[in-house]
Amino acid sequence: MNSFDYVRPATIQEAVAAASEPGAAYLAGGTNLLDLMKGGISRPRRLVDVGRLPGLDRIETLPGGDMRIGALVRNSDLAHDLEFARRFPAVAEALLSGASAQLRNTATVGGNLLQRTRCPYFYDPASACNKREPGAGCDAHGGDTRLHAILGWSDCCIATNPSDFCVPLVALDAVVEIEGRVGPRDVPLTSFHRLPGEAPERDSVLEPGELIVAVRLPAEAAGFAPHARYLKVRERTSYAFALVSAAAALRMEGATIAEARIALGGVAMKPWRARSAEAVLAGAAPDRAAFGRAAEAALADATPSGANAFKIELAKRIVTRALTLAAAGTPERVPALPASPFAVSSGVLLDA
Amino acid sequence: MSFSLSVTVNGVARTVVLPDPRVTLLDLLRERLDLTGTKKGCDRGQCGACTVIVDGRRINSCLALAVSYDGADILTIEGLAHGDALHPIQAAFIAHDGFQCGFCTPGQIMSAIGLIQEGQAGDDPERVREGMSGNLCRCGAYAGITEAVLDAQQKLAERDRKEAA
Repeated sequence: MNSFDYVRPATIQEAVAAASEPGAAYLAGGTNLLDLMKGGISRPRRLVDVGRLPGLDRIETLPGGDMRIGALVRNSDLAHDLEFARRFPAVAEALLSGASAQLRNTATVGGNLLQRTRCPYFYDPASACNKREPGAGCDAHGGDTRLHAILGWSDCCIATNPSDFCVPLVALDAVVEIEGRVGPRDVPLTSFHRLPGEAPERDSVLEPGELIVAVRLPAEAAGFAPHARYLKVRERTSYAFALVSAAAALRMEGATIAEARIALGGVAMKPWRARSAEAVLAGAAPDRAAFGRAAEAALADATPSGANAFKIELAKRIVTRALTLAAAGTPERVPALPASPFAVSSGVLLDA
Repeated sequence: MSFSLSVTVNGVARTVVLPDPRVTLLDLLRERLDLTGTKKGCDRGQCGACTVIVDGRRINSCLALAVSYDGADILTIEGLAHGDALHPIQAAFIAHDGFQCGFCTPGQIMSAIGLIQEGQAGDDPERVREGMSGNLCRCGAYAGITEAVLDAQQKLAERDRKEAA
């Protein structure tokens, strides 16, 4: 690990000023950043420890019914907050399907939005990586591409965003609250992460010194609570990143889908909102045929970035199955194996 | 630049001066406080051997900068037994063969303490396995570990009921 200055500001304003210097990085839970620093992938000259900034660890319901989650709320505290899990069960399930209990006790909401890709070539300083070193090239092209993108990738970079949490959040129209040198601003999560294009070194729209202070979920997103699931296929049942995941949420009116929300994880450098698939389901009956059409629409633009064409078919099946699970109804409690395709519930098509 | 750090470890107040902010909580325990029961496995948050309880929660001490934890209350494997009287979870790991080589065991036991305190798994073996998935055992003693955690959970619940009565 490189040497660095360590500062612990007392206020958000002090933090923003300290982190606006070139080479500075924010430290919160540290579960991703310290790992990257140990590997020599990140080499910040200054760590600005925001872990004790006051007021950022609250989960609160705002007067209009929106839910505001402070950036320092730990993943486990959010997943087990009864009011939050009742209103946004797919988000709780996604949180509990990620990492391990120890990591969830440390990792924060803000940090989750900013976690770096798990592309093995990004993690290996001996490999060429445009995200780690702009202009260096990309050894993932033609390499092992199981974890890589099938949507929104470029010749510069085919990495994926590893977050589970962000997938249902983006489906539910979450908004990121940011503080910076020029004051606060709100960014919809759909526009927060950047696709690689020609500049894969930038994962998000954050400017130097900008700090995530909260994530807000709109009140109306709780209308999906009775039919909201997250489903995640990974190389082992627990403690692994998604090969492909999907959040599916339905607002039913009688036997008809009034509104659907669908997002995919593990397929692109951002949590992938599938609006065209949502449009297919508006006004439809919640049956296998409609879910299949939605899955086709969600992956219509997908192309393999290497030997990963199987992920396109896999993603279609995961979308279909996540919708089937959502239609069957949100379980009373997050299943013992959260988001696992091996958790058997009634009404599930195991071959979908 | 040096950093003065005050922590409580296994009920004892300790003050340490660190010459460098790079020291992890794991290295603080092992190298500066000579508490080598907490193990360094992968040192990257993947194996769970370094699990300790900080302010009542299980965490990976390898992915924690010690300076960030000034003022913390830390419980390690050395803080569990009272002399020769083992903690119920330690006793359960022996009774159920919850280990072979033993290297991952301190982390497994501290993780089990965290799991039981969290109260989410109860007596469901599937939830125990899921809740312990951050602790790898290369000897593959998982069946015994799950039995030990379930047994200890039951014994601790009985103890709590008796104490409440």
